[in-house]
Amino acid sequence: MEVGLFIPCYMDALEPEVGISTLKLLERFDVNVTYPFDQTCCGQPMTNTGCHKEAEETEKLFVKNFSSFDYIVMPSGSCTNQVRHHFDAIQQTDEVLHVRKNTYDLVEFLHDILKVASFPWANFSHKVAIHYNCNALRGLRHASMSERREPFFSKPKDLLSKVKGIEFVELERPDECCGFGGTFSIFEEGVSAKMGQDKVMDQHRSGAEYVVSADSSCLMHQKGCAMRMGVDLKYAHIAQILNGDLS
Amino acid sequence: MSDLQQEIQPKGAKIKGNKPVNQLEAANRFIAASAHQQMHDQRLWDLRKKRDAQMHLIPEWEELRDLASDIKSHTLDHLADYLEEFERNAKANGVHVHWAKDAQESNQIIAGILKEHDAKNLVKSKSMLGEECLLRQHLEEEGVTVIETDLGERIQQLDKEDPSHVVVPAVHKSRTDVSKVFVKTLNAEEGNNDVHYLATTQRETTRPYILNADAGMTGANFLVAETGAVVVCTNEGNADLSANTPPLHIVTVGIEKIIPKMEHLAVFIRLLSRSALGSPITQYTSYFSGPRKGGEMHVVLVDNGRSTRLASHKFKAGLKCIRCGACMNTCPVFRRSGGLSYGSVYAGPIGLILSPTYNVHKYRNLPFASTLNGSCTNVCPVKINLHEQIFAWRETLAEEKELSLSKRIIMTSLGKLFAHPKAYRMAVQTGDKLLSYLPHFMVYNQLNTWGRQRDIPTPPKETFHSWYAKNYMKKGKADE
Repeated sequence: MEVGLFIPCYMDALEPEVGISTLKLLERFDVNVTYPFDQTCCGQPMTNTGCHKEAEETEKLFVKNFSSFDYIVMPSGSCTNQVRHHFDAIQQTDEVLHVRKNTYDLVEFLHDILKVASFPWANFSHKVAIHYNCNALRGLRHASMSERREPFFSKPKDLLSKVKGIEFVELERPDECCGFGGTFSIFEEGVSAKMGQDKVMDQHRSGAEYVVSADSSCLMHQKGCAMRMGVDLKYAHIAQILNGDLS
Repeated sequence: MSDLQQEIQPKGAKIKGNKPVNQLEAANRFIAASAHQQMHDQRLWDLRKKRDAQMHLIPEWEELRDLASDIKSHTLDHLADYLEEFERNAKANGVHVHWAKDAQESNQIIAGILKEHDAKNLVKSKSMLGEECLLRQHLEEEGVTVIETDLGERIQQLDKEDPSHVVVPAVHKSRTDVSKVFVKTLNAEEGNNDVHYLATTQRETTRPYILNADAGMTGANFLVAETGAVVVCTNEGNADLSANTPPLHIVTVGIEKIIPKMEHLAVFIRLLSRSALGSPITQYTSYFSGPRKGGEMHVVLVDNGRSTRLASHKFKAGLKCIRCGACMNTCPVFRRSGGLSYGSVYAGPIGLILSPTYNVHKYRNLPFASTLNGSCTNVCPVKINLHEQIFAWRETLAEEKELSLSKRIIMTSLGKLFAHPKAYRMAVQTGDKLLSYLPHFMVYNQLNTWGRQRDIPTPPKETFHSWYAKNYMKKGKADE
């Protein structure tokens, strides 16, 4: 199985350790992981701002980098959502359709494709609150959502449950958006920060030691809020826990 | 005194003619009034929780949503036929039916009916369509006294403010705020914040208007084509008083409110109040099928941009809206911003997609007041793809050159940067260079908006890219 690894631009620049955990985690399974060297971004900042034309060349580059792989895997629900649901600026060739269809977020890939049964190397004896990125939650269906009448399910929780020692705590508003929202966090700073602060307080009240998510972007925003507020909470990407890099 | 008693209620967006509404500026002022903001957030989140509890009591909830959505889609596809069927049946019931292509025509028709009856005093039940058409202002200019009878709407009328929410128009006001308005306008006792006192004061001062009114006006939640009847749902019974006490009953309704048959009404009645307030049904669900004895009933069917929206493939689904406000209650941006910050008749997610259809330039900033989190789409009882339409509006705004210059410039340069790996790699360097790059990448413009209320991530020693080059290229694993 040939897997192309995509590391989101912000993660490459700011949180390389999450990329490293992801790569090493994938290598533990029977997959051949390649990191195409000419990769940049999924185009989400432009597309979400309405600038689809401006995203066209970025989308083309992405397809050029990844069309030869069986699967494209990335540790980001938000970028996966972009590739799967919003790669519309370019002509929909077979290559493009192949890329859209076979792009998976790390959680989905482990849960749905590899169907990983255990993470024997991982141990994490902490109280954990799960944060669902909205694109992953409602766009990729990582988990059931509180708005809908549907049976409970959670792919991140399924995976984390296989790690020794983890204790889950619940939030009052389990799937409320934290206010990152990509460029929303920059252009609508006041509302974004307020949402982030409220999220941090909900996490704090839950008794969590760690907040774990499949998306570093939300975590970067929440962590920034928590640090400024002086709230003692740690934030980790799910890849770091599943690969046993934190304990 | 508590913070909520001392804090002055923040006002809404500053409207400057046709200039784009600065929702964010008003939202920031609302957030700065922290006691009001917290109260607002909590009140609406409580409604969302009550709605969830009701949802869990109905095993077929998702099927109901599908059904409601399908009925609305079908009706919109045959809108003209059902409207004509309604007109035929309503006329047969003795109702006068009028057609208005826009707000101005609707206002003129209503003023005309009132003039014909020499009616100078009108009591009206809350109507978002009335707000949309600036009906009250128009009639007051014509010399008609218009009194709102819905408690929240009356508070807003007395305070000379627009409703901030489609269901709970004064939800942004504390009891103290209401008391202050009543002291100023209704001669209420100073400092008496008791809810019963305040509600009674309003009722006692409004009742005489109802008893002496020449005409009553209501909106309509649904029109039933099959029977030619009008259905109005309220919790205060004020619509019934407005409709039944004076001899003349005028109904104004948007043409999209029609449903084909009585059996469909059951589907919507089950969804409406549960989605809105988390109650199984409204206290009053009134069915007006004709004028009362000796009275007259008029229905004004208003288009006001709806048929244009119907022709738009991207934004047609907005016409399915039954105005329950569930999308507002669930919206994390709306709960923090307050409805008045949107500077438009419809606020929250539904406002983001409806407002630009009325004036694309004035409301061009609204589709950006969203994180595209999709909660709205999933609470919507008629399954409007709200967040997808918000997303689609952004593309339309870019196409129509209604994107702000700063957004356009930033996105054009980002698009170029991300399309060229070498240039991109030059920009993303480690260490000191990354710090100098950060303001462009994360903060984009001149102000450090990220860092105002959030700590900036500490740049790592190296990027993933350079780590990979160092550790994997040697092993021959990289593809170049």
